[in-house]
Amino acid sequence: MSGHDHDHPHEHGSELSETQLRVRALETVLTEKGYVDPAALDAIVETYETKVGPRNGAAVVAKAWSDPAFKQALLKDATAAVNTLGHVSRVGDHLVAVENTPQRHNMIVCTLCSCYPWEVLGLPPVWYKSAPYRSRAVKDPRGVLADFGVELPKDTEIRVWDSTAETRFLVLPMRPAGTEGWSEERLAALVTRDSMIGTGLARTPAELAQ
Amino acid sequence: MNGIHDMGGMDGFGKVEVEANEPPFHERWEGRVLAMNRSMGFAGAWHIDDTRYAQETLPPQVYLAASYYWRWELAMEKNLIRRGLVTPEELAAGHALQPAKPLPRKLTPEVVAAGLTRSSFFRQQQGPARFKPGDRVRTVNINPQTHTRLPRYARDKLGVVELIHGCHAYPDSVATDRGDDPQWLYTVVFDGREIWGPDADPTLTVSIDAFEPYLEPA
Repeated sequence: MSGHDHDHPHEHGSELSETQLRVRALETVLTEKGYVDPAALDAIVETYETKVGPRNGAAVVAKAWSDPAFKQALLKDATAAVNTLGHVSRVGDHLVAVENTPQRHNMIVCTLCSCYPWEVLGLPPVWYKSAPYRSRAVKDPRGVLADFGVELPKDTEIRVWDSTAETRFLVLPMRPAGTEGWSEERLAALVTRDSMIGTGLARTPAELAQ
Repeated sequence: MNGIHDMGGMDGFGKVEVEANEPPFHERWEGRVLAMNRSMGFAGAWHIDDTRYAQETLPPQVYLAASYYWRWELAMEKNLIRRGLVTPEELAAGHALQPAKPLPRKLTPEVVAAGLTRSSFFRQQQGPARFKPGDRVRTVNINPQTHTRLPRYARDKLGVVELIHGCHAYPDSVATDRGDDPQWLYTVVFDGREIWGPDADPTLTVSIDAFEPYLEPA
């Protein structure tokens, strides 16, 4: 186990870490007491591993880029608008979409914990939940963007949305130039997870071709 | 509470490290912890703010050293014991030793398959909203020992109401077992210099979602 620490144990067959044993013990107790159904736990894990992820959000963004009426509806009431796209993903109340423009760049953080629009982006990445991001995003967003290799014009307003309640925010990134006439499916391939958090921009057609 | 979880504006944590092609879970146990927490929340064992408050009350050195899902595990164990759903002896033994306490619901695979959405936090309005978009407000200076969603960096600051989100369950009340106590919820925006002083990036604005008790007219 050299090179492994106890916070990040790895599975080695019978060589179970204390972490794994403790989580397993909890699941056994909760199951025996009838509080949880292991098959439901399997289904939740499978949902996040295979069904819910940034591609759901990318489909929403691509639709907004292609359909002005949908974009308006999304910015007015994102929950209702996304739920009209039954095939994408159902979302609960309180989803808010915020639009990036040449004048304003939006960035989402949860300084207090890890609030994130799971239903459209899947599970938040480790960095989103980490102390460096949570501490700096509200104070030095340009510095954070530099960590992501993003540099914005000096006069662009940067709005940081701290998710301190149950509202969840989705950034609608700017549509890259040179994508006129593209189908929603092609456009969706340009929409990265980070562009919907505001720590990145949508890919350009040239970047996609690389 | 003024805990280590309230990180906005702190210095010294270093660069944001991005992992390329990050998997949903790095270890199998992480998925089990997430699924157990979702399942117990659905069952009505506790509210989302109980999960947050249980993490916030971990000792700071434990909070910082623990990985994300390990914090969830620790918080779940705390909440289970606090609510008498599981005993410490049962956790140590890895088996049920006491009869279960009844819970309102149980999550089934069928419910998950139908699409698990988040709960709604809208609540019946208790009275008219005190503020409207465009109103100037000052956040209160509070330092409760218990759960609050008003971050330290945004206390006693002048801002403007931008959005109104309806009446929501009030976390400060929910996490201390005092019920939903519904409150109007607003997005309030602050100039970066109001928060960080004259040296702040002049292009920066920061917003929080503030419950009405966090705000005074200004």
